[in-house]
Amino acid sequence: MCDTCGCSGDGGAVLRKPGESDYHVHVNPGAEKHLHPHADGEHRDHDHFPEEHHDCDYMHDHDGGHHYHEGGSRKIVLEQDVLQQNNLLAERNRGYFEARNIFALNFLSSPGSGKTSLLEKIIPLLQQRIPVAVIEGDQQTTNDADRIHALGVPVIQINTGSGCHLDALMVNRAVKELDIRDNSLLCIENVGNLVCPALFDLGEALKVVIISVTEGDDKPLKYPTMFHEADLCILNKIDLLPYVEFDVAKCRENAMRVNHHLEWFEVSATTGEGLAQWQQWLEKRLLHH
Amino acid sequence: MHEMSIAMSIVDAVVANAEKEGGVRISGVELLVGKLAGIEAESLKFCFSAATKGTLAEGAALVIEEPEGIGECGECGMRFPVTFYYAECPKCRSLRITIVSGEEFKIQSITIEEEGE
Repeated sequence: MCDTCGCSGDGGAVLRKPGESDYHVHVNPGAEKHLHPHADGEHRDHDHFPEEHHDCDYMHDHDGGHHYHEGGSRKIVLEQDVLQQNNLLAERNRGYFEARNIFALNFLSSPGSGKTSLLEKIIPLLQQRIPVAVIEGDQQTTNDADRIHALGVPVIQINTGSGCHLDALMVNRAVKELDIRDNSLLCIENVGNLVCPALFDLGEALKVVIISVTEGDDKPLKYPTMFHEADLCILNKIDLLPYVEFDVAKCRENAMRVNHHLEWFEVSATTGEGLAQWQQWLEKRLLHH
Repeated sequence: MHEMSIAMSIVDAVVANAEKEGGVRISGVELLVGKLAGIEAESLKFCFSAATKGTLAEGAALVIEEPEGIGECGECGMRFPVTFYYAECPKCRSLRITIVSGEEFKIQSITIEEEGE
């Protein structure tokens, strides 16, 4: 049972807003469960291989056993994408963003590589010209959303509870609760995790993977799925390069081996170094996405 | 542990399909999980049995087919088996490799049991 509202919504993700301690919304997967593939009007044909309908020898071997399958067993070919439910909802999010000219970025990294710090630095540079909104994903707390809230931009926190990634349903709900203006930039900060979030499309325009120089320069090789899925990679904390053993060229080469389409930026959220180049790139993409 | 949430979405999908087809029980589920799909088949099997508890799919036999990864070289067009994303073309040594197979992640089929009489 939920401690805050006493409802039975247990275990699922919860939306929270900074400064509004009473506000919380449960993301209940049950509500979207009946979003069938047929909802988009497409009729999925099932191939009923008639020759396989009663191809069930073992059913005759039971004497006095459970004859629950007396009617026979039947194989149904589905060829359905496992992530179909998520992908359909992600496409709905994408359509909503496109219609309102919202440029959505999905920020992915290990915990502690500086996603929130980077947003804290880049948002003030951008928001004079472009409205910005933020969705924060963490297992618990509104700490990150509080930091973004201090910048004066609309923000909502998704607490995934035991969940290791954001999914399209959580973003769908969060967007409904968030006041996003047309023609804006939406930053979605995923749960800090270099593995699971790579699989879940949220409806974003681009995936941004962040690594920092305090991690290993072989990270792209150790977590290739994430780097393969990403559109741009930002190397953060370059102000610490004199103090750590981190080969920037090597790291970049490793990242490019996994994904030769990857855009590459080197920044320091602390000193602001390199942020101008990234800002320039973002502003260009905001005009022509 | 995204395998658990994935196992649960598989169970939702197969149960929905079985109910629509009039099945009273699901006795088998066949999945196609490419070796580059980012899914651990063993972990998925474990989660699947947990996720099916109390559903039509409880006790269903899970069969996972794991197609090998195939890369295609962007320079010379050669196709060759790859085990990871950072492959090198064995012919021309190019790193511009596109994965053409091995990322599949599908529910191939289900086997349902129908009511007698």
